[in-house]
Amino acid sequence: MARLGRSTWDLGERQVAVIATSTVAGTLEAQGPLSDSFDLSLNDDRVGQDTWERAEQTMFRRAAEIACEKAAIRANDVDLVVGGDLNAQLTSFYMGLRPLARPMLGVYSACASLCEGLAVASLAVATGFADVVLVGTSSHTSTAERQFRYPTEYGVQRPPTAQRTVTGAGAAVLARGRGPWQVTHATIGEIADFGVKSPWEMGAAMAPAAFDTLRQHLADTGRSLDDYDLVVTGDLGRVGLRILRNLLVEHGVASPAAVEERVNDCGAMIYDEHQPEVFSGGSGAACSTLVTFGHLFREMKRGRLHRLLVCATGALLSQVSAQQGDTIPSISHAIAFERGD
Amino acid sequence: MSAWTFLWAFVVGGAICAIGQVIMDTTKLTPGHVMSMLVVAGAIADGLGVYDPLIKFAGAGATVPITSFGNALVHGALHEAKVHGLIGVITGIFEVTSAGISAAIVFAFLAAVFAKPKG
Amino acid sequence: MPIATPEERARYQALARRLTPGRPVVRNTARAFVVGGLICELGQVIQALFVRYGGFKPAEAGNPTVAVLILLAAIFTAIGVYDRFAQWAGAGSAVPVTGFSNTMTSAAMEHRSEGFVAGIGGNMFKVSGPVIVYGVVSAFFIALIRYVVEHL
Repeated sequence: MARLGRSTWDLGERQVAVIATSTVAGTLEAQGPLSDSFDLSLNDDRVGQDTWERAEQTMFRRAAEIACEKAAIRANDVDLVVGGDLNAQLTSFYMGLRPLARPMLGVYSACASLCEGLAVASLAVATGFADVVLVGTSSHTSTAERQFRYPTEYGVQRPPTAQRTVTGAGAAVLARGRGPWQVTHATIGEIADFGVKSPWEMGAAMAPAAFDTLRQHLADTGRSLDDYDLVVTGDLGRVGLRILRNLLVEHGVASPAAVEERVNDCGAMIYDEHQPEVFSGGSGAACSTLVTFGHLFREMKRGRLHRLLVCATGALLSQVSAQQGDTIPSISHAIAFERGD
Repeated sequence: MSAWTFLWAFVVGGAICAIGQVIMDTTKLTPGHVMSMLVVAGAIADGLGVYDPLIKFAGAGATVPITSFGNALVHGALHEAKVHGLIGVITGIFEVTSAGISAAIVFAFLAAVFAKPKG
Repeated sequence: MPIATPEERARYQALARRLTPGRPVVRNTARAFVVGGLICELGQVIQALFVRYGGFKPAEAGNPTVAVLILLAAIFTAIGVYDRFAQWAGAGSAVPVTGFSNTMTSAAMEHRSEGFVAGIGGNMFKVSGPVIVYGVVSAFFIALIRYVVEHL
């Protein structure tokens, strides 16, 4: 195991495998273009709970349970649980997975939390400090809305650049050895801040972070964009994706054809444009999780993708920072996967 | 209240809303900012004595938009000041707007008791 | 990557602006005009009914009319349709007093989960607070100025 360049961890030699994944999707996600790729599709975003927060915690718990079932392990076999969500103080992660009663490390980088979690989880497995690690994230459109923006029934008109927080949760079980998917690299991102202030323009706020991390990853590993069958960002949305593709071409990282073919965004993939109130696409800590662990991993298993790079992106603002007139800094962490056995 | 009031109610009310929309779409101001600005505008208009004629002319086109709230607040203050002197400027503010605020509080409370947000 | 310089920020923001779809201002304004006008028209009709059948004087009928509109908006918020309507109508739904009612009702409903006192009670004015504060503050100063001017 070596450190590559400035920010990349080479995990390949240590054989960090993803042995199982799970995805629990909310109603809008379950009706979207990836509807057949989820393990559990819900028809009620409340999941029978009395608060949105408890609904999200329930989804997270179900995702953890399903992942363990599919990995043919019990909760007790898990040495470490890593994860995150968008709620203040990570209450969805801690309270949702409380019943597992296992050692827990909560991580937060907004919607980049999946990749931050995968980096920490892979590190634990690669170093031998944990044999089996469960990692996952959750998000919920209503908990995010009421925390970061407005009461959910408030009539505010959203512009076309707005995004919809994905409702759902996903998890993966990591262990040493060979599995259907191998984690080969983790690139830790740096903060990018190009002065975007509007919470309606998250895509524009986060695109520079994705660009920077992707470029750093390629420089550290000596790879080019063509070495990957697909590079996906977490939740730039259609507008942010357009900006990223533009940046990649402008800075000579790849050709226009290559970025069209090989660079996509989970937020743009998870919803169809014509679904109600999705605007420029999905966002949220579970956006990258649902698309990666569902659709993209299935494509890898079917042999249609061999090498995948997931650059989850997060906007590091709070309600207070936004109200105090601060800009929106962003970060992106990248995880490289390869098709296993 | 003539038949024409029915026409002007639509036009004036629509126009005030249209102004709000343009401000929201072309500036970085939030709906909260715009509504606050409109209330203050209504208050200023009443201070200058132009809002009451607008109400006579456009009826509900002037009383329904949030601007009328500012107008009513100033009305209450001035009315009370006429009766009790300068102190009336403080004591009279909510006099006329009681209907709006009380209704909003009571119905919001009842809605919260009986209905759950759909998300 | 070091923190972006002001020039880099300006250049990036220009790029982002170029690639960002603009808001459909004309369409939104037209919708706001029509819906706002219709809500006021509804208010006009209600007002006329209060005068005709409720025994209110025309000058007084504004108050119960506003109360009725507030009730209607609260009901539509409670059944979950006001926010959809507002996405379409924009300022046409926010500027009339119905918008004010929606801010209070939606905040109260949302924070019910935190209980009656801290939740409903403590959050009801979360979104509508500025309107009340600035309405009252400006009314105070305007009335004060007018009073002073009239009595000079």
